[in-house]
Amino acid sequence: MEEVDVEPTTTYSHDSNHVKVQSILLYNPLSLCVSSGGSAGGCPFVHEVRKDEDIYSPILRKLFNESHHIFVGLQRIREDLPSKNKKPQFVSISKNYRSVIRACMEELQQVAGIPSLSTLKGFISMMSHLSLWCKQNFNIFCTLFVVCDPLAGSLVLHLLDWVRLHKADVDEKAREVLASESPAEHQAYWDVVISYVLQGRMDEARQVLVKQAALQPAARVMFKLLDNLLMKMPIFNPGETQTLTEFDVKWRHWREEVDHCLQDQSFASNRHLEDICKILVGDEDVLLEYKELLSTWYHFLVTRLLFSHPTVKPTELHYYAQSSMHMFLDTRSVPEPLDSILLAAFEFDIHQVIKDCSIALNNWWFVGHLTDLLDHCKLLQSHNLHFGSNLREFLLLEYASGLFTHHSLWQLAVDYFDHCPEFGRVYLELQIERVPLDTERKALKVIRICEQRQMTEQVRSICKIMAKKALRNNRLGSALSWSIRAKDAAFATLISERFLQDYCAKGTFSDLDLIDNLGPAMLLSDRLTFLGKYREFHRLYGEKRFSDAAKLLLSLMTAKIAPHSFWMTLLTDALPLLEQKEVIFSADQTHELMFCLEELTSGKSVPTPDRPMQVLGYTPPYPLSNVCFPFNLLIHCFIICSNLYSCLARG
Amino acid sequence: MDGINAKYVSKKISKTRWRPVSSSSLQQPDIFATGSWDNEDNSISIWSIGENGVSSMDDEFEGDPQLLCEYKHNGDVLDLQFLDQDRIVTASSTGAVTIFRHHHNSQTLSVSQLWERAHHYPCNNAPCTGVVCNSPEIVTVGEDGRIMLFRADQEGVLRTIEMADSSAIHAVTFLRTTEILTVNSIGQLKLWDFRQPGNEPSQILSLTGDRVPLHCVDRHPNQQHIVATGGQDGMLCIWDVRQGNMPISLMEAHTSEMWEVHFHPSNPGHLFSCSEDGSLLHWETSSNTDTPSLQGNRIKLLIISRSAIAPAGGNQSLINAWLTGDSSKGHLETTHMLPSQMLSVNSLDVLGQCLVCGTDGEAIYVNRYVPI
Repeated sequence: MEEVDVEPTTTYSHDSNHVKVQSILLYNPLSLCVSSGGSAGGCPFVHEVRKDEDIYSPILRKLFNESHHIFVGLQRIREDLPSKNKKPQFVSISKNYRSVIRACMEELQQVAGIPSLSTLKGFISMMSHLSLWCKQNFNIFCTLFVVCDPLAGSLVLHLLDWVRLHKADVDEKAREVLASESPAEHQAYWDVVISYVLQGRMDEARQVLVKQAALQPAARVMFKLLDNLLMKMPIFNPGETQTLTEFDVKWRHWREEVDHCLQDQSFASNRHLEDICKILVGDEDVLLEYKELLSTWYHFLVTRLLFSHPTVKPTELHYYAQSSMHMFLDTRSVPEPLDSILLAAFEFDIHQVIKDCSIALNNWWFVGHLTDLLDHCKLLQSHNLHFGSNLREFLLLEYASGLFTHHSLWQLAVDYFDHCPEFGRVYLELQIERVPLDTERKALKVIRICEQRQMTEQVRSICKIMAKKALRNNRLGSALSWSIRAKDAAFATLISERFLQDYCAKGTFSDLDLIDNLGPAMLLSDRLTFLGKYREFHRLYGEKRFSDAAKLLLSLMTAKIAPHSFWMTLLTDALPLLEQKEVIFSADQTHELMFCLEELTSGKSVPTPDRPMQVLGYTPPYPLSNVCFPFNLLIHCFIICSNLYSCLARG
Repeated sequence: MDGINAKYVSKKISKTRWRPVSSSSLQQPDIFATGSWDNEDNSISIWSIGENGVSSMDDEFEGDPQLLCEYKHNGDVLDLQFLDQDRIVTASSTGAVTIFRHHHNSQTLSVSQLWERAHHYPCNNAPCTGVVCNSPEIVTVGEDGRIMLFRADQEGVLRTIEMADSSAIHAVTFLRTTEILTVNSIGQLKLWDFRQPGNEPSQILSLTGDRVPLHCVDRHPNQQHIVATGGQDGMLCIWDVRQGNMPISLMEAHTSEMWEVHFHPSNPGHLFSCSEDGSLLHWETSSNTDTPSLQGNRIKLLIISRSAIAPAGGNQSLINAWLTGDSSKGHLETTHMLPSQMLSVNSLDVLGQCLVCGTDGEAIYVNRYVPI
């Protein structure tokens, strides 16, 4: 198949320094990141090119948000429903998409009308044109692909509906004409009548014709005749019990009658009425005379079908489409890319449609959602692309990746990734870590997204980032709560070390409200447990519950919860307890204390802080800090032994 | 059939608040303010749902909020309160506290007062996470663990409680005129009395067991010792601050963070909560001791938006007592007020019969006929 690459349109940036683009780095629905080479020897620049964000992106954002809602609803339609129940839901979903696009388009048109934005008019009108095209064609694609039953004869009716959407201005013109003083003499009068006929809206045409009939009582018979013909035109109604063949017979009969009138020259005196009659017969030359009113080749196609082949089958559609296009467009004009997409649609070549849309439209939105809907209707044969995923997933991934780079719309992208079974998760894992985290609230939302999808690595890394930030700002409580959320024992240990260092430096604990209330989180890391228990020891000592305090202190060493570096401090803390008048440590406990002391001396040397002892309200009779280490220990031994003997003495 | 309208506003909404109506008039509120977040250009906006006497052909768009005015806001709007009929205080993620004035005649907003570095770390700014006012006094809290007291129309700071908390303070509310209640990210409620000097709270309450961060707090309008909180696990806790340091009741509400909880100001038998999981629950205590029937005569709330999707949300009933100390409460009924498949509902406010909420789906929902 020949591939014709259409030259993309050149868009000039408002910046007067034209930039030579080297490569496109990043692309999202609303902006583009390009790199350009710097001047000789200079570094390359990265430019973010945005299409006038202020103006139209609020409108597009509404589109993205609303379509996201519809998309998620579509995914949740239960798989186990039989397909005949699902079909009306699919149709209603395509209508929802269409109404969302319509709203977007109306807003764009409103914005286009604002005079202060006249410089951007060209751009805005292009956006409006595109969105209009999207609105008009989303539904026809769905109609052709989803709704049409190949055997029923209702294709033309659907096509008529579609065309009426395209030429909605007829009603406005009609209103204008009828509202005028003398409708029949209005210059647009016959345009209105013929437009209605071309669209197959016979009732409206008759209503307007009545005005003319009233003006020319002499020609009453002629008008009555035409009115009659218009009224009797058979329209296939799929709901009725009438079969296709019956309708065909009726229609041919009617057509003969019209032809008969033409041959009889019944309308010869009035050119307009004769033209209408010829249109009813399907005279193509006359139809082509009214090119202005038809304005597009596909309108011509539908009208032609209506009056020549009303029972056309979908499979025959493309013959007529091709020929209509050739007849309508003269040899000089080139079909627009959008036209060729429609042709592909009439040929029911879904893949070609998707491919052409991807090229023609500058955004993955249309093609992503359309493909997704068609895939749900089981109309896309799953082509496995070279990189493993199917077409639908590929397009959705492209769309969602684009969304992810937007500072705000990244949340929508998460749902899209969720519904891409093969690669969605991987994409999400890579992208979610790059969301900038300015506030705790945003971090919480991102973490929640990860937790819901069991992405524990990402949770951990985000919590670590937040904990580091908190630590840098000296918010130890916040840092600890982040490590608890991530169940990060290593970081909790780090924070506890900070607390302990602060304690050693200042002699008091900071953030008591945190340490006193650790709860079960204490068990996250050994160091944290030690911190909590050590604080508890201080509290018990403060409350003068010495035996409990002693027991706790000992257990901290014997259960190996306390780090070795802290044992000296703990042993020093034991001193005031040892020196109490009443015996606090039992014999066994004293033995254990000595054992700990021995263990400590056989290892490395540790400096003794003496400030903590002031906290305990105990001033040693000798300055411990000046005493050298072994003598220090001897004193300890002496005290412990004396305690032991006094214990033993009492039995 | 009454429905909730969705209004898409192209900005993620972090806070919505009704403008207070004077208690003497029985009018329903018609003006609300919203603050946005996570945008390059955040803004606060004033909207109106007033009945202008326009009889619309399109019933479903009656009462669609109309934007009155908008003003650029530096940083995410993390909290927003009406100081009085004309002024709004906002808390920003840049650590600034701003008072905006709404000029009714010209329908414009202007900055009336600004405290730029109300909350900060030694080197950076810290987000200001909560603001509450009792005109003219304004209390703010932030991630830096500070509590600040300001007075509108006075430039300086009235009082600072430094090192109030070692973790981030998430929300604040007035308990009495001189007492406030704060909640933090290690799951503690702290009572502060401004009459006392010093930086220590007068009381600390917390759940034993897991330290779940708390995100919102609200006080019962009539009974000043009853307080409701919501946290990261989506549980609704009702506390009595007089007795002990344990909550009276714990109820499973949402499946993820509960962002806001509000007692109805005039009908405190009703409570509303909204959450990250996209649901907004309406809690009602009934004095019926029978098992409450689910459907009964509860008005089914539909969403009517441009895409006209039928809702999937249903009703849920929770058979748990909710002790407020008022009349005898046997059962608690909860109703989902929004359809499912929504992004996080960040904020809600309820006044009279009107409820407004804002979501991360860049939409505002207004319900003017809340059954209370």
